Amino acid sequence: MSNILSGIAYILFAPLVGGLLAGIDRKITAHMQRRKGPPLLQSFYDVFKLCSKQGISVNRVQDFYVGGFLLFVIISGIFFFTHGDILLVVFTLTLASVCLIVAAYSSNSPYSQLGAERELLQTMSYEPMLLMMSIGFYLTFGTFNLADIVSGPQIGILYMPGLFFGLCYILIIKFRKSPFDLSMSHEAHQELIKGIATEFSGRTLAMVEVAHWYENIFLLGFVYLYFVWSAPYSPLIGIAACAVVFVLEILIDNCCSRVKWQRVLTSSWLVSLVAGFVNLLVLMSLR
Amino acid sequence: MSYMKKSPWIIHYDGSSCNGCDIETLACLTPLYDAERFGVINTGNPKHADIFLVTGAVNAQNLPVVRQIYSQMPEPKAVVAIGICACSGGVFRECYNIMGGVDKAIPVDVYVPGCAARPEAIIDGIVQALDILEKKREALRSGKVEELESKDSLPPMPEKTKRKEATP
Repeated sequence: MSNILSGIAYILFAPLVGGLLAGIDRKITAHMQRRKGPPLLQSFYDVFKLCSKQGISVNRVQDFYVGGFLLFVIISGIFFFTHGDILLVVFTLTLASVCLIVAAYSSNSPYSQLGAERELLQTMSYEPMLLMMSIGFYLTFGTFNLADIVSGPQIGILYMPGLFFGLCYILIIKFRKSPFDLSMSHEAHQELIKGIATEFSGRTLAMVEVAHWYENIFLLGFVYLYFVWSAPYSPLIGIAACAVVFVLEILIDNCCSRVKWQRVLTSSWLVSLVAGFVNLLVLMSLR
Repeated sequence: MSYMKKSPWIIHYDGSSCNGCDIETLACLTPLYDAERFGVINTGNPKHADIFLVTGAVNAQNLPVVRQIYSQMPEPKAVVAIGICACSGGVFRECYNIMGGVDKAIPVDVYVPGCAARPEAIIDGIVQALDILEKKREALRSGKVEELESKDSLPPMPEKTKRKEATP
C-alpha cells in the first residue's frame, strides 16, 4: 500500500520538485557567473508559456514519440518509487531515451538529426555504467529488488565507492551538463542550436522539459540508494548526498567547456571499466 | 495569470547593417545587463522564440531568409526592428540592393530607432514587445485567429527587379 502511495506521490510531486531544482540550478549557475539570475520559478514560467504557444509539428509522429518519452520516464520512475526491480527501471529508462532519439530522427532537420546521433552516442556512453550499477547492487544485497536494497543492513557506498563515482560521472551526461551536453544543452546557443529539441516547439518542448524534471528526480534516487540502509535516520543522509551531488554537477557544468563526442565515449567507458568493473571484481571476490 | 511576459525567448538576425546595432543587441545579453533575470533566453531557434530582433536593412539576398525565420516562429510572436536601418533603411536606403526597412519583408511591431540603438532603448523595445505579445496571446486564446493571421501574415514579396523609387 505504501508503495502505491509513494508511486502516486512521485507522479504528483516529481515535476514540482524537479522544476524547483531546475530553478535552483539556474540560480546557482547565475551566482557562479556573478549574475542575479532568473526567479526561482522561472522553469515553471517557461513551461506554462510553452503550453500557450501555437502548436507546430513537423510531422504526425513526432508528438507521439515525445509523448512516449514522457510516458516511459514516468513509468520507470514509478517502478523505482514503488520499489520494483532495479533492472526494470534501467531498461525502461533506456526505452524512454530511445523514444526521444526516434522523435528527433523523425524530422529532416540536420540539427535534429545530428543531435539524435549524438544522443545515441551518449546513450552508448552511460548505458554500461547503469547496468554495472545494477549488478553491483545485486552482488552487495543479493537481490535486484529495491525494497530489499533500501531496507538492507549494508551501507551501499562502503561496498561500491567505485560504482558510485561512475554513477556521478554519467550523471553529468544524464543531467545534460557541460562538458557532456553534446546533444541538448540548457544553454540556448550551442553548435547544434538546441540539438535533439531543435524541431520541437510549444507543448512538445514543454513535454520534453517536464520529462527531464521527472528523470532528474529519480536519477537522484539512484544516488540516494547508495546512502540508505536499515537505520531510521539514513534517509536524511541520502537526501543530503543527493544535494551534494547536484551542486557538484552544477559546479562541473560551470567549470568545463563542451568536449568532442570521442572524449565523451572513451572517458565514460574508461571510468566504467576502471571504477565500475574493478569494484565489481572486488565485490565478487568478497562474496 | 499569463506567463507570456515572464519568459520572452528571443532570436536575433542581423541583416545588411554596419554591425553596430548587432553588437549593441548582443551587449544587452551579456552578464552586465543580465537579461536572464527577466527570463530572456537567446534561443537562436525560430521554433522556440517569441520575439524576433532584426538589425540592419533588408536586401535582396536576406529577404527570403528573414521571411522564412519569421514564418517558422509559432504564434504569438512579435518583431522588433532595432536601429534606423532596420526601421527605414537608414543611410543604406538608396543603395541598389536595399529593399528598405524590415517592414518591407515582415510585419514589424516595435521600431527602435538609433544609430546605433543603445542597449537601454533595445531593452525598452523588448518590454514594449511583451505587451504586444500578451495582446496576441489573448487574441489567440479567444479564438480571433483570423484577425491575428491578417495582422501577422507576410506582406507580398517585393519584386527584386523593380526600379527603386526616385530619391526624395
